[in-house]
Amino acid sequence: MSSNGSIIKLDHVHKVYDTGKIKVEALRGVDLDVRQGEFLTLVGPSGSGKSTLMNILGCLDSPTEGTYYFRGEQVQGLSLNRLAEIRNRRVGFVFQNFNLLPFSTALENVELPMVFGGVPTRERRKRGEEVLERVGLGDRMDHKPTELSGGQMQRVAIARALVNHPDLILADEPTGNLDTASGQEIVNLFEELWKAGHTIMIITHDPNLPMRTERTLHMRDGSLHNGNGEGQ
Amino acid sequence: MAAGVFLTQMMRDMKSQKLRTFLTVFGILWGTASVILLLAFGKGIHAQQQKAFRGMGEYIVIMWPGRTSMAYQGLARNRQIRFREEDATLMKRQIPNIGLVSPEYTLWDAKGRVGKTEKLMRVTGCWPEYSPLRNIIPQMGSRFINAEDMEQRRRVIFLGTSLAEEFFGEENAIGRIVLVNGVPFKVVGVMRQKEQDSSYNGRDTHKAFIPSATFKAMYGYEYVNNIVFKADKPAHTERVKKGAYDVLGAKYKFDPDDEEALAMWDTTENEQFFSTFFMAFRIFLGVIGAFTLIVGGISISNIMNVVVEERTKEIGIKMALGAKPRFVMSQFIFETLTLTAIGGLLGFAFAVMVVSVVPSFNVEDYIGTPEVSTSVAIVTLSILGFIGLLSGWFPARRAARCDPIEALRL
Ligand SMILES: Nc1ncnc2c1ncn2[C@@H]1O[C@H](COP(=O)(O)OP(=O)(O)OP(=O)(O)O)[C@@H](O)[C@H]1O
Ligand SMILES: [Mg+2]
Repeated sequence: MSSNGSIIKLDHVHKVYDTGKIKVEALRGVDLDVRQGEFLTLVGPSGSGKSTLMNILGCLDSPTEGTYYFRGEQVQGLSLNRLAEIRNRRVGFVFQNFNLLPFSTALENVELPMVFGGVPTRERRKRGEEVLERVGLGDRMDHKPTELSGGQMQRVAIARALVNHPDLILADEPTGNLDTASGQEIVNLFEELWKAGHTIMIITHDPNLPMRTERTLHMRDGSLHNGNGEGQ
Repeated sequence: MAAGVFLTQMMRDMKSQKLRTFLTVFGILWGTASVILLLAFGKGIHAQQQKAFRGMGEYIVIMWPGRTSMAYQGLARNRQIRFREEDATLMKRQIPNIGLVSPEYTLWDAKGRVGKTEKLMRVTGCWPEYSPLRNIIPQMGSRFINAEDMEQRRRVIFLGTSLAEEFFGEENAIGRIVLVNGVPFKVVGVMRQKEQDSSYNGRDTHKAFIPSATFKAMYGYEYVNNIVFKADKPAHTERVKKGAYDVLGAKYKFDPDDEEALAMWDTTENEQFFSTFFMAFRIFLGVIGAFTLIVGGISISNIMNVVVEERTKEIGIKMALGAKPRFVMSQFIFETLTLTAIGGLLGFAFAVMVVSVVPSFNVEDYIGTPEVSTSVAIVTLSILGFIGLLSGWFPARRAARCDPIEALRL
C-alpha cells in the first residue's frame, strides 16, 4: 500500500524537558522516515519517550534539537497559527482517554476540527455524518460521550481524526482503556483505514498489534531501534 | 459561523453553572443600572434646578442705580444716580448687541380687591418685553401686556399665579376686574405656574403687572426702580454691561469705570457657576456608577478565570484539533461580552423602568424628572463595552497561551 512521498523525516531529534531543577532528556537523537501509506506501531517501555515523539510528530510540541520535516516543510520556527493549521488539516490525533468534549454530541465532536478549519455549517454536518457512518456509529450521532461505550467513544475520536482527511493519523495507546474485544474492533478499524490509503502510527503496549502492521519502531531511553528497518 | 458553536457551548456552560451565571449577570446588571440611574437622576436634578433658577429669567442682568464713588468732570463723588423710563429706551438704542430691555416700576404695598377679598400686593409697571425677559408666560387663552396697552395707557393687569388663585379661586380671571387702591383694572392674563428659586422684590407668582405707561400716569413716579436687560447672545453679556456704563455714564456724568454708580446682578455668572457645579456633580455620580460597574467587571473577569481553569482540558483538546490561539481567545471574549451584554441590557431595562415610575411619585419639585438620554445611554454603553472587553481579555489570553500538552494531561 505504500507509495513514494515522504511524510515524516526526523533528523537527530532531541527533546529535553527542563523542569528547573532537573533536565529530562526524553528523546536522544531520533532519526525517522515515514512514507505515505505506511502503517506503523511504536512500542517501548513506559517513560521511554513514545508520547513525546508523537507530540512532536503531531506538531503539538517541537524538538529541542535536530530537525523535523513534515511533508518537506521544516516545522521548527513555524508560527503558532501555522502549527495549528497543520494539526487541523494534516494530522488526526487519537488518544488513550478519547478526549471528547463531554457535553457535546458525537456529531458535534466530529464537527469540531471542521469548525476550526472554517468549513461551512451545512458541509460540516454532511461530512460529520458520513464519517460517523463509516466508523459504524450512524445511529449514535446525537449521543453524548457519557451515553456511549468506551469502544464507541474511541470510534467517535477516530471519526474526528479522519474528518479533515489528514495525511497522518497518530494514535497514542488507542486501545489502552478498552477491553480486548472493543480493542480488537478498533484495531480492525485502523487496518481498514490503512487499506483505504491512510498513513497511521499507533503507540501500543499490546504485544499482538505489531504483527499486523508493516513496521514496528522500538523505543528505549529516548532512542529508536530498528527504526528504519524493514517490517519484522 | 463560529458564533453558533460559541453560543451552543456557552449555553451548556451557563446551564450547568446557573448560580455562577446569575451572579455574573447580576453584577453587571447592578453596575449598569447604577450608572444609568445616577446619570439619569443627576440630569433630572440639574434640569430641575436649572428650570427653577431660570424661573427668574435666562441670562438676564438686573440693574439698579447706585452712588458714584469717583469725582468726574468737576462733579463730586457720592452722588445718587436715578433711572428714568427713557433710560431703557436710550440703552436699547445705543448699546450694541443689546437684546431685550424693560424698565421696572414698583408699587410696594398696593391694596388689591376683588369683591370681598382684599390682598396687599406688589404692582410692577413694565414693558411687554418684561414677559420673555423674566420668563413670565401667560396661561392658555390669556396674554401679557402689549404695545397697545402701552400706547393707550390701558388699565389692564396681568396677575401672578398665586394672586389670581387667591382672588378668583378656580374661576376664570380673564376679563374680570381687580381694584388696585380703589382703581379698577381689567385682567388680561394670568401667569403660567413656574419654578423660581431666586428673586428680587419677591416671587412673580405673588405680583401683579401693569403697563409702565399706565403706572407712570397713575402714580406719577419719575424714577424706575430698576432696569432689566439681556444681550442678544449670552456671550455678549459682558460687552452689553460695559455699554450700560458708557451710555448711562455719558448721560448722568459719571466715570464709566465707576463700578458703584450702577449695581448689576448678572445671572449669567450664576448660571456658569451652576453649570460647572452640576457638571462636577454629575461626573461625580457617573464615576461612582462607573466604579460599581468596574467592580462588576472585575467579578466577571474572576469568574472567567475560573471558567478558563475549568475548561483547560477542553482548550487542550481544541488546540490539538487545530484551534488557533485567536479562536480560543475569541471564544472567551465572546462569552464575556455576551454575559456583559445580557447584564447590561437587563440593567438598562431595570433602570428605564425605575426612571419611568419615578414621575408617579410626585417628587418632581425635589429631584426633577430623571431622564435616560441618548448621551447617558452612549456613556453607559461605552463603559460597558470597554469593561466587557477588558475583563474578557485577560482570561481569554490566558486560555490562548496554555500549553496543549499540559492541558491534555489533565
Ligand atoms: N512535561 C514534561 N516535563 C518533564 N518531563 C517530562 C514531561 N513529559 C514527559 N516527561 C518525561 O519524559 C520521558 C518520556 O515521557 P513520555 O510520556 O514520552 O513516555 P512514554 O513512552 O509515552 O510513556 P508511557 O508508555 O508511560 O506513556 C519520561 O521520563 C517523562 O517523565
Ligand atoms: Mg505515553
